[in-house]
Amino acid sequence: MAKERKKIDFKKLDELPPMVMSLRSMAANPTGSWRNLKPVIDLGNCIQCTICWKFCPDAAIDLVDDNPVVNLDFCKGCGICAEECPKKCIQMVKEGK
Amino acid sequence: MKKVMMGNHAISYGATLARVQVIAAYPITPQTQVVELLSEIVADQRLKAEFIKVESEHSAMAACIGASSAGARAFTATSSQGLALMHELLHWSAGARLPIVMANINRAMAPPWNIWTDQNDSLSQRDTGWMQFYCQSNQEVLDTVIMAYKVAEKVLMPVMIVLDAFSLSHTYEIVDLPDQAVVDKYLPPFDYQYKLDVKNPHTYGGLTTPEWYMEFRIKMHEAMDQALVEIKKEADVFEKAFGRRYDTVDPYMMEDAETVLVTSGTAASTARFTVDQLRAQGKKVGNLRMRVLRPFPFADVRAQLKNAKKVIVIDRNISFGYHGIWAQEVKSALYGHSQVPVFNFIAGLGGRDIFPETISDIVALVDKKKKPDQELYWVEVKR
Repeated sequence: MAKERKKIDFKKLDELPPMVMSLRSMAANPTGSWRNLKPVIDLGNCIQCTICWKFCPDAAIDLVDDNPVVNLDFCKGCGICAEECPKKCIQMVKEGK
Repeated sequence: MKKVMMGNHAISYGATLARVQVIAAYPITPQTQVVELLSEIVADQRLKAEFIKVESEHSAMAACIGASSAGARAFTATSSQGLALMHELLHWSAGARLPIVMANINRAMAPPWNIWTDQNDSLSQRDTGWMQFYCQSNQEVLDTVIMAYKVAEKVLMPVMIVLDAFSLSHTYEIVDLPDQAVVDKYLPPFDYQYKLDVKNPHTYGGLTTPEWYMEFRIKMHEAMDQALVEIKKEADVFEKAFGRRYDTVDPYMMEDAETVLVTSGTAASTARFTVDQLRAQGKKVGNLRMRVLRPFPFADVRAQLKNAKKVIVIDRNISFGYHGIWAQEVKSALYGHSQVPVFNFIAGLGGRDIFPETISDIVALVDKKKKPDQELYWVEVKR
């Protein structure tokens, strides 16, 4: 779930930290809006191996009671989870269907 | 305690005394012994640190960036092609304002494949935002590692310590190992205000629009200006603690010198030997050893060269289609401040020895000329 977004409002140089930093974690920055395919997990065949969770290059797989749950706030639809799933229980499905 | 050691081991002992917490490195000739000894020291638990074996120099610097972001004192060492492979992350570490310290053993860039000393590797990284300190003795190498963390952590910019392959890295000299207690007093633990903290999460280095990008660049530049102040200050503080002094430049027989040999790295020791010989013949020659490339010590260079009648810059590097790189820097500093002619000599590339005769021949050639009649002179080339 996206947390509250804080807006950074610097006025001049002296107020800036030495490097650019947001006042929030990336968890509050949803980046999953430009996906064509989305993963759909068939938990009936899932063996809870967490390989999808480990291989996801973003934070698009959450573990809820040991079960993988897709977090579409971050999923870009790359399909690595589906490719790596040893039970082939993740399907990549066209968005909007 | 005094110990005979190679330049590479002086780096390892310096890093140990600085109590580095994370070492991530990939071996490359002529740097290998630096991390070889550090891995032994960590394995023997003489230093409480994480030693991360990585698959490339790009990963080594990436690991240092991660460690430093988490507030650890991070260290790595490399050479030549390895440094080049790190290039992207050199920009990143400086832009992220991480006070990482790295040793680079100057080694010629390939092709042709060559493992000997040549400054093109480090000087090619001039504009990444890394400070660069060039050393001429193993004692200076060890001391500079300790001093580098002090300066880096004050201004939040990374430091590259540079030494010549073999003529320093593999040369054994007597080195005074300072007491750990004295080093601890000089260099307190790194307390990083901006470290990654899961309890107070932040995102660093994110997309920054044209509206603010320039301001972060100004901050880096100002940090470098401040670094120059800190280096000058540390020259005194370090001397008080350890009895040895290191400034931005290192003058030798400069008071009345009419002809000045500007050198860097181990070529300076040879230049000094030659200066003594020429002085014995009544020639007013001096040596100015450049120790700091970035931040560039404009004021010190101008002051040291104020009374020179001729300046000779000996470059163990070449910017193809231009000059030697130190010559560019020195000329740029003098422009508008001095009319002194600057002669640029390219010598010792790919580890070719620079002998005292090499340098006395250079001085003899310059003696015959009022001003340079070529942009640069190649030394001892088989034509």
